[in-house]
Amino acid sequence: MSIMGEGRPVLSVENLAVHIRTDAGVARILDDVTFAVPRGGALGVVGESGCGKSTLLRAILGILPRGATVPKGAVLFEDRDILTDRAASARGRIGFIPQDPYLSLNPVFRAGDQFLEIMRRHAPGSRRDHRDTLVELFRAVQLPDPGGALAKYPHQFSGGQRQRLLIAAALACEPALVVADEPTTALDVTTQREILGLLRQLTTERGLSLLFVTHDFGVLAAVCDQVAVLYAGRVAETGPTRAVLDDPQHPYARMLLACHPDRAVDLLGIPGTVPAATAQPPGCRFHPRCPASRADCAGVPPPLLPLAAGRAVACPYHAEAMLG
Amino acid sequence: MARYILRRVLLALPALFGLVLLTFVLTRVIPGDPAATLAGDSATPAQIADIRARYGLDRPIWEQALVHVKQVLTGDLGSSIFSGRPVIEEIGFRLPATLELTFFALFLATAIGIPLGVVAALNHNGPVDQLVRLISVGGLAIASFWLALMLQLVFAMEWDVLPLRGRVEVELGTPPLRTGFLLIDSLLAGRLDQFRDALWHLVLPAVTLCLPGLASIARFTRSGMLEMLQKDFVLYARAAGYGRFRLYAIYVLRNAVTVTVTQIGLLFGALISGAVAVEAIYDWPGLGTYAVQAILSADYKALLAVTLVVGVVYAAVNVLVDVVQALVDPRVAEDIR
Repeated sequence: MSIMGEGRPVLSVENLAVHIRTDAGVARILDDVTFAVPRGGALGVVGESGCGKSTLLRAILGILPRGATVPKGAVLFEDRDILTDRAASARGRIGFIPQDPYLSLNPVFRAGDQFLEIMRRHAPGSRRDHRDTLVELFRAVQLPDPGGALAKYPHQFSGGQRQRLLIAAALACEPALVVADEPTTALDVTTQREILGLLRQLTTERGLSLLFVTHDFGVLAAVCDQVAVLYAGRVAETGPTRAVLDDPQHPYARMLLACHPDRAVDLLGIPGTVPAATAQPPGCRFHPRCPASRADCAGVPPPLLPLAAGRAVACPYHAEAMLG
Repeated sequence: MARYILRRVLLALPALFGLVLLTFVLTRVIPGDPAATLAGDSATPAQIADIRARYGLDRPIWEQALVHVKQVLTGDLGSSIFSGRPVIEEIGFRLPATLELTFFALFLATAIGIPLGVVAALNHNGPVDQLVRLISVGGLAIASFWLALMLQLVFAMEWDVLPLRGRVEVELGTPPLRTGFLLIDSLLAGRLDQFRDALWHLVLPAVTLCLPGLASIARFTRSGMLEMLQKDFVLYARAAGYGRFRLYAIYVLRNAVTVTVTQIGLLFGALISGAVAVEAIYDWPGLGTYAVQAILSADYKALLAVTLVVGVVYAAVNVLVDVVQALVDPRVAEDIR
């Protein structure tokens, strides 16, 4: 798999800001988020709860909640801004694997009917073609009895099998990009590994790009070749996964990885708490908790500074902070 | 599925048996001596005793109950002690009238209540939602006899667009009775004029009767939809690109109506008891008016037969509701096993 991809990225998020009106004021959930998923590559967005991962996903999938506004920025999918120019066809071209396989399928409809409805709207061909495609995909995700699975209801599958169904559904309309939202958190560890392997294998085989959202560095390392670390609605650091995990530059990323290099994001080792989205600190959003912060960190939000080897970090003092 | 239906039917039988016994005891302990009523005001004590003996009313109550149960089991509901005709015959004529009215009211309540609930939920706290809230409070609060009088006043007296009372226009006559449902029989006879006539007569009573049911169906559908709209599978379906109409009107609604369907079963009981008042006001020749007559004349045979028939209909409707529910939600039938 290529690291930076050839030509234009399949998805690029540019200076995206998303605000949501709440009773407590305007929540600036995302602020100036920029990253790109290279064609054929796999990018992981990593961050703890409340960092804006879900809102980012919903912006990309075109399902922002009521009261959400996009004051600036763009989400370019195959060079078209899908926030403003969402042709119906873009839907099928972005496959979605949700977080919880137990809750994401409608309990009162047969699995086949649920997916055929998506294909009816977003894939060419007849219903018969769609059925054949689905059965073939069910076989590819190693579902037992692929032919019979169409007529079964969700509760007749195990959790791992349901996640396989959802992976198959994400591939059903021949997408260019697959978006996965922590697809293994609801599963037990052995199933997790199988599902991740399968996802990786299928996207590689089919040359698909993958946007993978997670809070788990271990999972990230297993699936993604690029990473964007999100903190409080901003990208703190981005670059090739191996390089970022081995030698993080942003103080936040460094502290996270120092806490639990191979485990889920856990802020026990970092003093303070994630700021509320309605009360973000000025300047660098991490500065109140940063051991290396200076007076001017509360001034202008630091932009992403390009480093060598395709890396970028949103901290002007990352080199000095290293020493401290 | 067949097993599930059989099970639901078998579960209804003890309830019906209990109904037969309980109603018998109730009719025998309420004040009023059927023998005295039957014998008339000028009867001598000897004549009353004679009648009492003829109908077995002098026996111990448990013996009377056993005889009653035995008769019911052999399909003999006895004769009206008032008219002397077999009650089954009298009910056979009146039951379809009541069923036509209640089913039509139920149809109206469902056909209007469910879409109303869906639209309200989709416009949560919007103007339509407020309107539905008003209807659902009003529908339960307005007394049906008042509403009936107002509808008669406006539509029959003032505007003269709908008939005031009754089930048919006498000059038009009735189609040959096959099902007893005039809407169906008139169509079977190919008489569109009679169909129209039956429908026109049905409108006001059915609207009166359906309002409380419509209110609760709209309310349950609304809250069911609101609950389901929060579910992850709705978000997934939206992300996957379902069409809006299909998503809400089919995909989410089917989950939301499971509660409503149960509610419809319970509602049917309220409809039948509500029909008593509505039939009286609109002069509808149904079971309700028959039951009222039976009560006033202490015709306990007729009364027992009416309660039993209504009980059987109610049980049947609820078995039907269970079946519909299992069709809507496949998990229902499996959990029972």
